[in-house]
Amino acid sequence: MSAISREEVAHLAMLARIDLAPAELDRLAGQLGAILDSVATVQQVAGEDVPATSHPMPLTNVTRPDEPRPCLKADEALSGAPEKEQQRFRVPRILQED
Amino acid sequence: MSSATPPADDSRSLTRRTAAELAQMLRTRQVSSVEVVQAHLDRIHGTDPGERGVHAFLHVSADSALATAAAVDRARAAGEQLHPLAGVPVAVKDVMTTRGMPTTCGSRILDGWIPPYDATVVRNLRDARMPILGKTNMDEFAMGSSTEHSAFGPTRNPWDLDRIPGGSGGGSAAALAAFQAPLATGSDTGGSIRQPAAVTGTVGVKPTYGGVSRYGLVALASSLDQAGPCGRTVLDTALLHEVMAGHDPLDSTSLTDDVPDVVGAARNRDVAGLRIGVIRELSGDGCQPGVRARFDEATALLVEAGATLVDVECPSFTAALAAYYLILPSEASSNLAKFDAMRYGLRVRPEKVVDPTAEQVMAATRAAGFGDEVKRRIILGTYALSSGYYDAYYGSAQKVRTLIQRDFARAFENADVLVSPTAPTTAFRLGEKLEDPLAMYLNDVATIPANLAGVPAMSIPAGIADEDDLPVGFQILAPARADDRLYHVGAALETLLEVRRGGPLLDRAPEISSASVAR
Repeated sequence: MSAISREEVAHLAMLARIDLAPAELDRLAGQLGAILDSVATVQQVAGEDVPATSHPMPLTNVTRPDEPRPCLKADEALSGAPEKEQQRFRVPRILQED
Repeated sequence: MSSATPPADDSRSLTRRTAAELAQMLRTRQVSSVEVVQAHLDRIHGTDPGERGVHAFLHVSADSALATAAAVDRARAAGEQLHPLAGVPVAVKDVMTTRGMPTTCGSRILDGWIPPYDATVVRNLRDARMPILGKTNMDEFAMGSSTEHSAFGPTRNPWDLDRIPGGSGGGSAAALAAFQAPLATGSDTGGSIRQPAAVTGTVGVKPTYGGVSRYGLVALASSLDQAGPCGRTVLDTALLHEVMAGHDPLDSTSLTDDVPDVVGAARNRDVAGLRIGVIRELSGDGCQPGVRARFDEATALLVEAGATLVDVECPSFTAALAAYYLILPSEASSNLAKFDAMRYGLRVRPEKVVDPTAEQVMAATRAAGFGDEVKRRIILGTYALSSGYYDAYYGSAQKVRTLIQRDFARAFENADVLVSPTAPTTAFRLGEKLEDPLAMYLNDVATIPANLAGVPAMSIPAGIADEDDLPVGFQILAPARADDRLYHVGAALETLLEVRRGGPLLDRAPEISSASVAR
């Protein structure tokens, strides 16, 4: 019994911006169902009173002095760009037509 | 330490030298760095390519390695004060950015990308003037336990070319086991340094979280990722650890402590009085018989040397795998969102769409650029973080993380170090677990708890399993910030095992030559 439907996988793939082929949706639904059945056991381990841990070490905020320092030059930052124009990243349109 | 010094032109024996020996030979000018680097490049060219080649490297940087070596030789001739490892070559896992040298993370989405900056770890290697031989193969974005998820084809295990070298850092481990490099870097999110070390008969260390900078280490799961050293001996690994580690202002989770004296610890072979905790949950029936046998023999040797064994229970460890496979995909789905086809890397235009939007280009690029395992984990993480499921999955997993930390804290009250087999089995066959993600994940059962808790851990070779003649790994874990204890116990056990065996484990590995890989 799969815990996750093909439609749910399609929705998640849309959220994750991965254009999955129909065959991939079928395969992933089965595999993710099996993985989720297995990892669902975490829900039975810790009681209400156990706090969550998000990080292995105690964290404190780190800042640096607000001073200018060397950084990548424009041509270095653009060196891996799929397309560039006038020292800028050239990207596909970001708005829908309608 | 080895006895006779080979003639300088004996390149085969140069590649079999430890990094410590090479450093000594360079210092006393018995050999030049150019000769050492050339010997390793020859070895790579002889054993890496071909139908059945080891394929440890995705990129070999022969020219820049030789240029660094020549500069070191000139500096040494001029009497300059150099770092002890100056001129000793190193291989770099392809998850660390290298300025001017390709960095792919084993993914098609980064094929051809040349980063404009160095990872801090790479900067540290360059500052020590260690020639970089190239970039080593890995599971795509470090997701996997076999290196089969590399978009550029798997790495083969030098012990048996039909078997996996572990993962995700299978390239670095195989390069060491095939004598292509004396040292290599790795990154360990759930065992990616230690499990490859175990199945290739080499040494690997995941330092305390924050002990080595993550700047320029392409992130998989930021709260779990830790860069670390790989070597063939405990002392070599300690020497590289010292170069890689230290506070980095560019990584906000970098520890500000001094680096523990790992090299000093690797020279201390006295374990008398040490309390060694055997983790019951990881050392029992789940292991292959030969893994269990070598593990039990190794602990017995430590007892003979004066250590005390303590039976330790860590009940929450049985839930570690499930918690990890929720936390890791959740963090990964967020980290990998940056591969959006806009600023660097692959850009694929969707077919049959006239004038596509940026979102459509991003979705088409990620469909073409990511492999199956990466897609699986991104979608799993997106699910675990989505509203309605967050508390049940991600939230519950974070609570398990607390319980695992508590288990470690309790265990270290009664033991100086903890031990277990590194992996439940020896190297499996290429293809064997590729279609069964859950079976693949089980390889990480013993290595994951250290990442969830941030504690340091090491794998050293324990011997060879009787049933398949393949290497077995022995894992040592220490409290956070006590990485030196790993090296202390690891070096002691390494010596005890070598005395008993009559030499290093890798002397037992089958010889690989250009003839064997060409078949």
